Amino acid sequence: MKKILSIMTVLALILSACAVFSGCSENSEEENHPGTADDFKVGFIFLHDENSTYDKNFIDAANAAKEALNLTDDQVLFKTNIPESAECYEAAADLVDLGCDLIFADSFGHEDFIIQAAEEFPNVTFCHATGTKAHTEGLSNYYNAFASIYEGRYLAGVAAGLKLNEMIENGDITEEEAKMGYVGAYPYAEVKSGYTSFFLGARSVCPSVTMDVKFTNSWFDIALEKETANALIADGCVLISQHADSEGAPKACEEAGVPNVAYNLDTREWGPNTALISSKINWEPYFEHIINATMNGTEIQQDFCGGLEDDVVQILGLNDTVAAEGTAETLEDVKAKLISGEIKVFDTATFTVNGETLTEYKADVDTDANFTPDTEVVSDGYFHESEYRSAPYFDIDIDGITIK
Amino acid sequence: MVKNNAEIETERKVHEPLFQIVKRDAMPWYKAWLVRAAAIILALAIGSVVIIMLTGYNPIQVYSAMFNGAFGSTRKIWITFQDLAMLLCISLAVTPAFKMRFWNIGAEGQTLIGGLTAAACMIYLGDKLPLYLTIPIMTVSCIISGMIWAVIPAFFKAKFNTNETLFTLMMNYVAMQLVSFCIVFWENPKDSNSVGVINRHTHGGWLPEIADQKYLLNIIIVAVIMISMYIYLKYSKQGYEISVVGESENTARYIGINVKKVIVRTMAISGALCGIAGLMIVAGTDHTITSDSVGGMGFTAIMVSWLAKFNPIVMALTSFLIVFLEVGAGAIVTDPKLGLNESVADILTGIILFFIIGSEFFVTYKINKRHNSSKEEA
Repeated sequence: MKKILSIMTVLALILSACAVFSGCSENSEEENHPGTADDFKVGFIFLHDENSTYDKNFIDAANAAKEALNLTDDQVLFKTNIPESAECYEAAADLVDLGCDLIFADSFGHEDFIIQAAEEFPNVTFCHATGTKAHTEGLSNYYNAFASIYEGRYLAGVAAGLKLNEMIENGDITEEEAKMGYVGAYPYAEVKSGYTSFFLGARSVCPSVTMDVKFTNSWFDIALEKETANALIADGCVLISQHADSEGAPKACEEAGVPNVAYNLDTREWGPNTALISSKINWEPYFEHIINATMNGTEIQQDFCGGLEDDVVQILGLNDTVAAEGTAETLEDVKAKLISGEIKVFDTATFTVNGETLTEYKADVDTDANFTPDTEVVSDGYFHESEYRSAPYFDIDIDGITIK
Repeated sequence: MVKNNAEIETERKVHEPLFQIVKRDAMPWYKAWLVRAAAIILALAIGSVVIIMLTGYNPIQVYSAMFNGAFGSTRKIWITFQDLAMLLCISLAVTPAFKMRFWNIGAEGQTLIGGLTAAACMIYLGDKLPLYLTIPIMTVSCIISGMIWAVIPAFFKAKFNTNETLFTLMMNYVAMQLVSFCIVFWENPKDSNSVGVINRHTHGGWLPEIADQKYLLNIIIVAVIMISMYIYLKYSKQGYEISVVGESENTARYIGINVKKVIVRTMAISGALCGIAGLMIVAGTDHTITSDSVGGMGFTAIMVSWLAKFNPIVMALTSFLIVFLEVGAGAIVTDPKLGLNESVADILTGIILFFIIGSEFFVTYKINKRHNSSKEEA
């Protein structure tokens, strides 16, 4: 009897489900129309939540854009802790169901799933940070964005170099001991481009500097990042920077009393006596651009790349108690030269690869199935980073940097 | 000696406990369901108190957000049923092993290996062979790989009486590491540490969609598996052997059942079904593989199977319950009007599960208060 009842319950469930499916399967697609200002909705997909400095940077910018454009709580939807898997597609589809006209995702590995959603919902606009495929995919509703953050890293590097000079002058270290440590996430172009520009910035003012890099193979692992920073410090690194998203490295530096250069966040709160400076991508101008464009039906840049000149790349949190004297003035000067083009970060005269100057390099700019280098990126005496595509493609190991 | 002790006990004034837990005779089915319904209502009530105390929101608003999360739109209903189908499939897979009292907690790994095999077939064969060849090859290889993953611990259990709980658990981690290892080779795009959507343009090796519904095929397959499993356990000779081995290995041996054979055979079935689940997850819906593709369902399945008392049909209900709670909890988190975080959702899920599992206790046992006689003594 019990079994018959349960069988009947299950059947009833299945039948009712079928009835619901057939009842409303037609109308869901037509609901997506370009929004007017009042019913416009934007959805954000984040890899982690506020605890990750990387995602916090996006979340803060989204909130700032929301405020600047007078959007209500109902109009800005967040989905946090969305992994780089089919769950990302489901999150995007759910945001479409909730009425979003514009959807933004913040992590590299989200790209395929966002494209999948973009193909399925042609009336919704999809934007993706750090991705590479918008310029080759040929979708009219899919866009990539990044920034020439290497310029910000370079500036942070200059501040680090000045700090090292001060330490040498004070007799804390010798010239040869000017070794920096770098906690990297993955050995990817984005990370390599970041630490190489940081290193070149430091070496532009402190010629004897060298750098050790260690990878954690994770974007967010507080304990591991802390441990890695400690290992670098134990190895004789006198200044630490990182491209990984937790407070691990800054806190390790504060405990050890070693200056730290951060990314994405002003870390003076974690390291009042050691946080030196930070660089970040300010996503607010981009968010305002895509929200306005979607609302008004104007064009979005397919492969947006912001820089120092439009305040997308910023340096922040310069800590006067840690930084060497005159750092702020020098940075202003270098920044102006970067904007004017007088200084090129990846000037081939400033670095060598295996002892030789780089005269040509083909990078894999057009993402295709073969990952073959397809575009010559060295010309006019410098490596043209983020010019042929917004996402970084500088993935060369230069002399002076040791990967541990 | 025994008598002496007993006498001493009486002299010391017998201290009977205030409550005694006694196993019930079978409860009539309607009474059992009444207890369960009461448990759910009680859970919702306590959950409401917690919601009000912690967040100040109207509990009805929160519960309706949960309901909307599972049934709010056509897509949500499909996803709810897809999740239900996957969880049910893995629960059905672990059931014969559990019925045999073989603690297979390796369903996560067995499913993942099936998924990994499916991903490999999609990557290496998807674009080279026509679909009518890829799919049979893929299906067979997924079944075999899931089987291998399950039979390894079964073989050692049957041969050397190793501890299957630890063994199957360890195999999960091996499977996860294997997936991470393969992702390094299959990375797409380069440097993303993920394989992306496999054959996104060609759809090579993707399971076909029935009636333009991408989840329907999975749901049908699992419904068939459910009914077959019900018949297999209830009416087949092998199903009977499983119950006997589960009740008492010695009895089984006495009546001439080859226990080792039954253990290995049953685990092979377990593994094969997990392999099919992996196939459906990877080739049917996700079209990608990560070490988290199974998402803990291999462990949740254990609870689903136990809650249903190993009855495959009831399992559809228990997996529905779990999936409803999970999807609903996820919806609370994203509901823009609520803005609650995962912790509140987890607390609610915890309360509801606690009551439901607790209700099974009251269905099976009853609590007697201390007898009157002992009251006088006290």
